[in-house]
Amino acid sequence: MKPDDPNLKRLEPPKLTVLEQTYLPQILGGLAVTGRHILGAAFGGTAVTVQYPEEQHVPTANYRGVHRLNKDEQGRVKCVACMLCATACPAHCIDIVGATAPEGWDDREKYPESFVIDELRCIFCGMCEEACPVDAIELTGLYDLTGLSREELIYDKSKLLSVFDMTKDAEPMKTGNPSPSLPQPTTPLDPEGPGPRSTATAAQLPSRS
Amino acid sequence: MATWQIAVILVKIFLIVGIFQGAVAYMIMLERKIAAWSQDRVGPNRAGPFGLIQPLADGAKMLLKEDVIPGYVNKPLYVLAPAIAIIAATIGFAVVPFGPAGIDAPTINGHPIHFQIAPNVDVGILYVFAIGSLAVYAVILGGYASNNKYSFLGGLRNSAQIISYEIPLGLSVIGMVMLSRSLELGDIIAWQDTNGIGIIPAWGILVQPLAFVIFLVSAFAETNRLPFDLAEAEQELVGGFHTEYSAMKFGMFFLGEYLHVITVSFLTAILFLGGWDVPFVGLGVEDTGWIAALIKVGVIFFKVALMVVFIMWIRWTLPRFRYDQLMNLAWKAMIPLALLNLIVTMVLIQLFRGVG
Ligand code: SF4
Ligand code: SF4
Repeated sequence: MKPDDPNLKRLEPPKLTVLEQTYLPQILGGLAVTGRHILGAAFGGTAVTVQYPEEQHVPTANYRGVHRLNKDEQGRVKCVACMLCATACPAHCIDIVGATAPEGWDDREKYPESFVIDELRCIFCGMCEEACPVDAIELTGLYDLTGLSREELIYDKSKLLSVFDMTKDAEPMKTGNPSPSLPQPTTPLDPEGPGPRSTATAAQLPSRS
Repeated sequence: MATWQIAVILVKIFLIVGIFQGAVAYMIMLERKIAAWSQDRVGPNRAGPFGLIQPLADGAKMLLKEDVIPGYVNKPLYVLAPAIAIIAATIGFAVVPFGPAGIDAPTINGHPIHFQIAPNVDVGILYVFAIGSLAVYAVILGGYASNNKYSFLGGLRNSAQIISYEIPLGLSVIGMVMLSRSLELGDIIAWQDTNGIGIIPAWGILVQPLAFVIFLVSAFAETNRLPFDLAEAEQELVGGFHTEYSAMKFGMFFLGEYLHVITVSFLTAILFLGGWDVPFVGLGVEDTGWIAALIKVGVIFFKVALMVVFIMWIRWTLPRFRYDQLMNLAWKAMIPLALLNLIVTMVLIQLFRGVG
């Protein structure tokens, strides 16, 4: 469309009246709005903030927090050491040492001998979760990732598996075959999420020794 | 001057300075609370019940923080600037009356006690403005001594703002001064109290509404409060003249600003809200006994508190002005309007009172 197109509709802002040009009515209107919020939050209890740590925030079901390594029905780590997650990771924070699967693990050739995620470098993008062909790695709803040293935030295999133990009841595996007694998550974007998510916090994890 | 008189004055100075500096600590907390409430948050509530110990915690933080003096600053001026800020803000209270004094006022040795550090200063309001304008030295010295282009520009920007807004501020009060024919703040209150029509008092906000608006807007700009706080403008400019200041020296600028807010609230209450005058309850100008005087002190403090809350409320309502808008408002709107107000007042006074 050219600037002189006859079909072009020009919108003019409405002229301000003299009173409006002083801005006083608008200022009073603005004061009324903030006044309502001030009174509401001060006396009406309409403040929307969560009083952490007394109240725990419950993130939505698609929140991306601390990782976990899922276990299969026999309690073995699901990961098959294919390195797809480590390859997909833009922050290069996954370090896997694969090894031939032990005797009796008939469904796969390899398993991770060591699986370390540097949570300090992780940007919680969820690429690893997307990349994993067997849904072995998932991001949980744990958000209070804290530690007293840098080493504490480098999660090894046992720690990642313990996150699974901590969160498996509240957050069943998104796909795969979780045990049928567990409640299934509702639609992933349901703002309320599938009820209260994990009540455990990352700080309760055993520290790496 | 007798020894007891000096003692009384010293007691008054300590009381007033102590009360107001303590009040500032709690004003900062109130400001944080109002900020939180207007954004549907809860605000500081960790230190003590309802967060009431928060001001102590803030103060401790100010004192315990590392006090950095950069190596490249002009040290004497750098240290002097925050001191000027706080001294200029404090000594303005000398002439502010907090309550009435009359023939039956409470006395010591037959002399009435004035609720004022320096009573009967005939040029009261001029003194307040003269002292108030000293604040600009703190700003410009702070910017200059920091030896940093950004701070210097910030200081210039802010001093231009303060000086510009002093003109409409001064012009807007002349109306009240002409009406009450006095520069003494107590007299101005008495005039408002006695010249009402029936039970409606002649408060400045009613007889000089335009001057009230101009005064209020200029006062916001004078005290660097939003929407005119280009001195700080944390979001866009990362601080102005006080960028190089840390810990308690920054705190002193802050304290000065808040003391300024109290002064301005007092001036508004005195000039435009009738001071300690309470309409409709039959407390006249003559009532200056103990009880009446104390009630009146309470009334004026209540009005001042309302003003302070209003100033904070505005802060969280209006967005910040751009610098050219700020200057346009002062020179193209406020000053002409203030002059117009002055001329109209002058003409009306001449018409109704006759010449002389
Ligand atoms: S969430 Fe992203 S950054 Fe973190 S480990 Fe997975 S792929 Fe890497
Ligand atoms: S977690 Fe998944 S993607 Fe990563 S190595 Fe194991 S199986 Fe492959």
